[in-house]
Amino acid sequence: MAYSDKVLDHYENPRNVGTLEKDDPSVGTGMVGAPACGDVMRLQIKVSDDGIIEEARFKTYGCGSAIASSSLLTEWVKGKSLEEAGQIKNTDLAEELALPPVKIHCSVLAEDAIKAAIEDFRGKVGNKKADASSNADGSNNADGSGKAA
Amino acid sequence: MTSSNRRPIYMDYAATTPMDPRVAKKMMQFLTPDGEFGNPASRSHAYGWTAEAAVDEARKQVAALVNANPKEIIWTSGATESDNLAIKGIAHFYGGKNTKKGKHIITSKIEHKAVLDTCRQLEREGYEVTYLDPEPTGLIDLNKLEAAMRDDTILVSIMHVNNELGVIQDIAAIGELTRARGIVFHVDAAQSAGKVDIDLSSMKVDLMSFSAHKIYGPKGMGALYVRRKPRIRLEAQTHGGGHERGMRSGTLATHQIVGMGEAFRIAKEDMAKDQLHVAALRERLYDGVKDLEEVYVNGDMARSVPNIFNISFNYVEGESLIMSLKDLAVSSGSACTSASLEPSYVLRALGRNDELAHSSIRFSIGRFTTEEDVDNAITHVRAAIEKLRALSPLWDMYKEGIDLSQVKWAAH
Repeated sequence: MAYSDKVLDHYENPRNVGTLEKDDPSVGTGMVGAPACGDVMRLQIKVSDDGIIEEARFKTYGCGSAIASSSLLTEWVKGKSLEEAGQIKNTDLAEELALPPVKIHCSVLAEDAIKAAIEDFRGKVGNKKADASSNADGSNNADGSGKAA
Repeated sequence: MTSSNRRPIYMDYAATTPMDPRVAKKMMQFLTPDGEFGNPASRSHAYGWTAEAAVDEARKQVAALVNANPKEIIWTSGATESDNLAIKGIAHFYGGKNTKKGKHIITSKIEHKAVLDTCRQLEREGYEVTYLDPEPTGLIDLNKLEAAMRDDTILVSIMHVNNELGVIQDIAAIGELTRARGIVFHVDAAQSAGKVDIDLSSMKVDLMSFSAHKIYGPKGMGALYVRRKPRIRLEAQTHGGGHERGMRSGTLATHQIVGMGEAFRIAKEDMAKDQLHVAALRERLYDGVKDLEEVYVNGDMARSVPNIFNISFNYVEGESLIMSLKDLAVSSGSACTSASLEPSYVLRALGRNDELAHSSIRFSIGRFTTEEDVDNAITHVRAAIEKLRALSPLWDMYKEGIDLSQVKWAAH
């Protein structure tokens, strides 16, 4: 199977691998996918008081494209506001990594992961920090599987 | 140690073997103007006679490995064609208009696709097929097989050695069951010839499929054993000049046949040596990886050929594992070459869960595999597993003591 150089680069040298303290109130955790489907992504973000993503970490069980999609996502969300991060589209990830059509679902999963992480974070801080004007609820990912642990 | 300009270490002998140089050398003598290029069916000149003699010699060599009569060997293009000819040939002969014996066939869920897809085709033609589940060890339970036999059963088709697991079925015992009931017994021996002793004078096997390229012979060449006593009759699937006693028409590919004969001759001579060699290498390989946690051997190792070794590494995903093992030419239980992520149907049939089926690797080694190959393979595997587990959220959860089967995953 021919992977693009960018996928290979992220696969060989994944960025921001690791874990953040999931009980920390400034950390949001999104876990999406299922082992039986061949991919599970765990994305964690650490959000500053003014709503900026300071840190991002991931671990992914999945194919090279899934690992690359989540690795790239952590690079992209760092420094973004929750609103900006929530607007990252799977198509942007797929395009950047030149994913073949059969691997598009990996980028979809990455988009689901950041939305789930944001949702988890917002759930922690309650509505007071959630931005009423946000359109992040456009996400149809309400699986809540981040509570797996 | 590894460099990108070197070819990956070949550990996919169950997919195909390199030809033994002795085989290639022999085949070269039957191609060119100064060689024996004649058509074995030409009866009117020496070119034909010499070619026919070479074909006869090869027939003896193939028969000798399995203790059969050379007259019982029919040349085909490979084990797939042999399986098709055996199964369709029997079904059409015994289940066709001429007889009313029946239209029921028994096989297993872990057969090669050449058997399974042929059976599917017969189902479309109105035959009924029972697909037996193997035990978790990969073995077929003879009691279950016997229970599936009916008055209208015409054929049982069970492979000798499974291509993914290496598990050896007890075909001698199955032959007793089928013969007692007058049911024809076909065995796909593509993976067993040259690896396991086969004695067709004592085993009650009626039809046996062989491949040349799995035992250091050429691709595109195979044979079907068709028993003469008691006589097994089948309907031809390829019609033409009446070659191979009408069972398989088509000009004989002398060089291919000679290659297969030479490969079988060498196999008979070297089988014991070959199997000792690979048994030592398998042990070395297993010793090198078994202390990694959550490693599962697929199939019953004690009842398997040593040249095929199938293991699963839990909490790593199959396609990324193969990607990490780019310096190894191995086969994965996850069908990553096809677009869909489908775990191996053989491992699923054993009851392995999807994750373990996905993360399985089949190492198949052979005559030309060295200790150095195995040691390098161990290094690559260990590095890959370590890397991927460090990346795996499932591994973290396992380490935290979370039961993954209790987690509610969001299916996607």
